[in-house]
Amino acid sequence: MMEMTIVQAINTCLSQAMENDETILCLGEDIGKNGGVFRVTDGLMERFGERRVVDTPIAESAIIGAAVGLATRGLKPIAEIQFLGFIYEAMDQMVGQAARLRSRTEGTVTVPLVVRAPYGGGIHAPELHSDSLEALFLHSPGLKVVMPSTPSDAKGLLAAAIKDPDPVLFLEPLKLYRTIKEEVQEEYYEVPIGKAAIVQEGEHVTIVTYGPCVVTVKQAVAQLQEQGVSVEIIDLRTIAPIDYGTIIQSVDKTGRLVVVHEAAKTGGVGAEIAAVIAENCMYAMHAPILRVTGYDTPFPVSSIEAEWMPTVTRIVSAVQNVMKE
Amino acid sequence: MWLNQSCLEGEVEMWLNQSCLKIDTASVLDEDCSLSETFFKRTATDEQCIEMYKHMVQGRIFDGIALKFQRQGKIKTYPPIRGQEAAQVGSAYALNSNDWIYPSYRDIAASFVHGMPIDKFFCYTMGKMAGQHLTDLSIFPIQIVIGAQFLHAVGGAWASKYKGEDSVSVAYMGDGGTSEGDFHEALNFAGVYKLPVVFFIQNNQWAISNPIHKQTASQSIAQKALAYGITGIRVDGNDVLAVYEATKLAIEKAKNGEPVLIEAVTFRQGPHTTADDPTKYRDQAEVEEWLTNDPIERMKKFIITTGLWDERQEEELLNDCEEIVLKAYEKALTIEKTTIPKVLRATYETMPQNLVRQLQQRGEV
Ligand SMILES: Cc1ncc(C[n+]2csc(CCOP(=O)(O)OP(=O)(O)O)c2C)c(N)n1
Ligand SMILES: [Mg+2]
Repeated sequence: MMEMTIVQAINTCLSQAMENDETILCLGEDIGKNGGVFRVTDGLMERFGERRVVDTPIAESAIIGAAVGLATRGLKPIAEIQFLGFIYEAMDQMVGQAARLRSRTEGTVTVPLVVRAPYGGGIHAPELHSDSLEALFLHSPGLKVVMPSTPSDAKGLLAAAIKDPDPVLFLEPLKLYRTIKEEVQEEYYEVPIGKAAIVQEGEHVTIVTYGPCVVTVKQAVAQLQEQGVSVEIIDLRTIAPIDYGTIIQSVDKTGRLVVVHEAAKTGGVGAEIAAVIAENCMYAMHAPILRVTGYDTPFPVSSIEAEWMPTVTRIVSAVQNVMKE
Repeated sequence: MWLNQSCLEGEVEMWLNQSCLKIDTASVLDEDCSLSETFFKRTATDEQCIEMYKHMVQGRIFDGIALKFQRQGKIKTYPPIRGQEAAQVGSAYALNSNDWIYPSYRDIAASFVHGMPIDKFFCYTMGKMAGQHLTDLSIFPIQIVIGAQFLHAVGGAWASKYKGEDSVSVAYMGDGGTSEGDFHEALNFAGVYKLPVVFFIQNNQWAISNPIHKQTASQSIAQKALAYGITGIRVDGNDVLAVYEATKLAIEKAKNGEPVLIEAVTFRQGPHTTADDPTKYRDQAEVEEWLTNDPIERMKKFIITTGLWDERQEEELLNDCEEIVLKAYEKALTIEKTTIPKVLRATYETMPQNLVRQLQQRGEV
């Protein structure tokens, strides 16, 4: 075991994967000599050379489109989009192309591609550097979307994404890149895609969350515990496909659900979870389902981001509301 | 000097490649910073020379203070302009106030020249939305997404043409931006519709950590114009007079339905932004080399040797510039803060129910 941040965990995973598999290559803007603007790929170019760690021109559509081409001809590209907000440039390649090739060809052409991108607010970044766009991809059949919140999940899920035969969008919470450290297994291991984690068991309320909000939820739950509320926290870890079983089982037990995510509310992951619970757990419910999310606006200027993102106060008060019933 | 389709006529053979093109870098100031009219006639008057010089110095003083303020936590991430003052000032100075500019995050001095008050930019870096209220100055909101503004400028130029306005649209971008699809699509549209648009590229040699030779295999950015049937020119971007003359001529052409791509060859002396560490990827020797070709030093040498300027005036200017920047910062502090309700209200003309509810949940309606 070794203490690692999310940045180190991802870096270690990339390095181990590339060591073991010659077909893996990384491509993206500033990922080589600079080691990535967040240093996630630091040292990889030195270690594996410019043939396998490629600094590309600024062209997101080319990065993902070329990665589709590489992936369909026997290689395993790991593409980086510098900030998730810039994946809009590559939307056709991601959703129109990568996601559909398998179904269009009935599996004769598949796209074993990993696209990594940091996302989310909390570091006072300039405009368009803080977007959480996961719901766009949840709504794009053919893609998997992985969103770890801890170093050990980041390492294991990335390994699973690399092995996955389908295109995986691997989203990295930039607010947590260096703020949490934990003991991480040094050897290469996988954490299965599509399996949520029960972070903490509880009796009264289920909170479903993922990514940077896991940390905020834990803080809120610590306060709620002092008030005698027992909360079950589920970290989705993967939002496409969603682990229905774990959520349904939990809400069947608690009868109350609050979903927390940073992305805007309307049409978000929370809406999907709420629908699944409404379809499956109707008679177990004691209270309406609540969502604590970003507002239905573009991510705002940095001076007010902390208030725009879900806060401990908003989470605590949502839980108190469902507990009234 | 101008690259257009006729450069490809004559002895061109079957294969079109880099050798079919001879590319000059047009300048006005020679190595000794004296006037050379090989490429352009100097049309800028003495007063205009001084004014451009003052704008460049204002840009640099602003830059130094902004960097300091960022370190002190007074403003957020800041992209320095140091080294690019001539390219920005010379181009913007050639415009009329009814011409439009479409700046990227780094085109701060160009925006100042075109009328953006300094306090607006402070607001922008402080996270106050007032920083993006610029359209009454014919300045499009500062662009963060690499390349997007080129298409907006195309649309803006199209609108001018449609309405019969005597206005040109000038879009700013870096060398790295020329790799984006938006760049190519914009040049193509401009050529097809013969729009009054000037595309101004500051080739500052770097796009964060990526050097120009890894960005493109072309021997110049200017030549990219040819592929779209528009005109290109490569100009010494550290020579404010050359940039001015080139832009002025380009505007004339653009107004006659001949869009132009200008490549201003310059250098980013500082880091990409305050969040960047260039020692990670570039040699100090390269920086040192470019420092000997500093745009402000060159122009200063020219105006001093021609007797237009002296050290006493210089000292006064530095003091004035600093005072202007500090006052602008004070003003920015007094400008209304952005709040969540303001953001909710700003999303649509009429607030839809989801946003009304979100306001209500905050107890504010
Ligand atoms: C679409 C998009 N991709 C990536 C980025 C991240 N990014 C910001 S600046 C930059 C480099 C731009 O280089 P260049 O165009 O040469 O302009 P310069 O910064 O040198 O002025 C990159 C990659 C972005 N802002 N937008
Ligand atoms: Mg550049």
